[in-house]
Amino acid sequence: MIISIALLELRRMMLSPLAWVILALIQFLTALQFLNSLEEFMLNQPRLAALENPPGVSDWVVAPLFADVAFMLLMVVPVISMRSLSVEQRDKTITLLMTSPVSMTEIVLGKYLGMLFFLAIMVGMICLMPLSLMPGTTLDTGKLITGALGLFMMLSAFTAAGLFISSLTRSPAVAAVASFFLLFALWLMFWINSGGELVRTMIEHLSLLHHFVPLLKGSINTADIVYFVVFATTFVVLTIRRLDMQRLQG
Amino acid sequence: MTELLQATSLTRYYGEYRAVDNVSLTLNAGDILGLLGPNGAGKTTTMSMLTGNLSPSRGEILIKGCDLADDPRQAKQSLGYLPEQPPVYRDLTVNEFLRYAARLRNIRGKAIAAAVSKACKRTGLSEVTDRLIGNLSKGYQQRVGIAQAIIHEPDVIILDEPTVGLDPIQIREIRDLIRELGTRHRVVLSTHILPEVQAVCNRVNIMHMGRIVYDDADSETPEYKQLIVQFGRDIDVHTLLALSSISNVIRQESGRYLIQHHADSNPANAIATMAVEQQWGLSELTPSEMGLEHIFVSLTQGEQSNDTRQDGDQAA
Repeated sequence: MIISIALLELRRMMLSPLAWVILALIQFLTALQFLNSLEEFMLNQPRLAALENPPGVSDWVVAPLFADVAFMLLMVVPVISMRSLSVEQRDKTITLLMTSPVSMTEIVLGKYLGMLFFLAIMVGMICLMPLSLMPGTTLDTGKLITGALGLFMMLSAFTAAGLFISSLTRSPAVAAVASFFLLFALWLMFWINSGGELVRTMIEHLSLLHHFVPLLKGSINTADIVYFVVFATTFVVLTIRRLDMQRLQG
Repeated sequence: MTELLQATSLTRYYGEYRAVDNVSLTLNAGDILGLLGPNGAGKTTTMSMLTGNLSPSRGEILIKGCDLADDPRQAKQSLGYLPEQPPVYRDLTVNEFLRYAARLRNIRGKAIAAAVSKACKRTGLSEVTDRLIGNLSKGYQQRVGIAQAIIHEPDVIILDEPTVGLDPIQIREIRDLIRELGTRHRVVLSTHILPEVQAVCNRVNIMHMGRIVYDDADSETPEYKQLIVQFGRDIDVHTLLALSSISNVIRQESGRYLIQHHADSNPANAIATMAVEQQWGLSELTPSEMGLEHIFVSLTQGEQSNDTRQDGDQAA
């Protein structure tokens, strides 16, 4: 049942030009970035080769690429998630789901998964670029995989937050703006430098970026994975609670 | 015996405002129940509660013996709902949308296509299955809304103002469809249009200010019936009252009278005879089905009655 809802969500997303425009633009910008850093790498290669433990193409090109994509999608994911529940509530089409024999959890998870399918397509397409280097050089596939995993987990976290925000309002524009600011705040927390040692560590641990960087470097920490899972779960549960409350308060 | 739908003392607050107050409803086999009430009477709120879209502040709802709050999955499986605004995705085709609705109602595999084509046939959508819902007229969108409500052959179908905003021909078609649905399903229908209830329902509850103020299952067959007569001039009312079966005569306008009589005897013949004898110039003698309207207007204090009359005239 969750899958049915998710597939329809994906299908309806693909029916709108917005999804295609986003896919195309992201691909274009990423490609520019990719070519740019690839060229830089080529230029610097002679000097790098002299180093004892030289950074490979994975460190020089792939990791920064994923970091840039993550930041770009910080702005794009709110646009993808903005319609998910706000428009359903505005147009009252959510009644279809609420009257059907499906639970609120299934509805929310279906919506969430649908968006994750879309983002998985996007991450897959972005991964094609580093993979295109395969014939010419040896890639650190481990790093590529953890990087892609990190990127996908990051996007899952963005999406969960965006989903929750879109359940709070009937206006997609408000949902997009609010989700963007929420995500941006969570992102910026990485650079906060005031407060005592304890506060700083706490803030740092809450920050999305803090848990993303190790994955880009190829190290999988349980703590980071758990952070993203908890982050996403929290917002999904909040969304379910929110819709249940909606039914109580009307 | 268990009723198919039983709602007991439903109450619903919006903040301090009590939109629905202690409403109880039952639906038995073969019922097409009309929920009649002026705008703002709480009909939509009641229907949202019956379909699990709103939680009641108090009271419980049983559908085929399953509690809607405790066992929503089971209860909703036997429920189809058309809200005021049909819950359709405008960017899908009729076929895509109905397939999705079928899957949501636990129809699987090959049965989906069969269910979709059956629902399309019953609602007259077969010609437009490949068109986008957003491009269909309001009447057809309404049919898509009905089709999604009946696709899983639910026992109870709940329709909220199904004919609002449709043209007279569409209204007639939708009413025929509802009557047809009533032969196989139990239907609850809300409306503020009186003739609609008279046209399709076999039971009626009247709601006003959040309460059910009239249930025709409780009240006996009305003791009085009415006749409308038109004479050429004003007459002496006492002459008419002399007829034993006539209980009351109300003058409506010049020469036009509303005559109430006991249900078990019909004074029409006597009136006609008398009119000829007295040379009153009888030009109209019609049995009036205004009983329900009379009840409706008197229970809802009249201020809505003009609306109802107009809608009625339009629809007829």
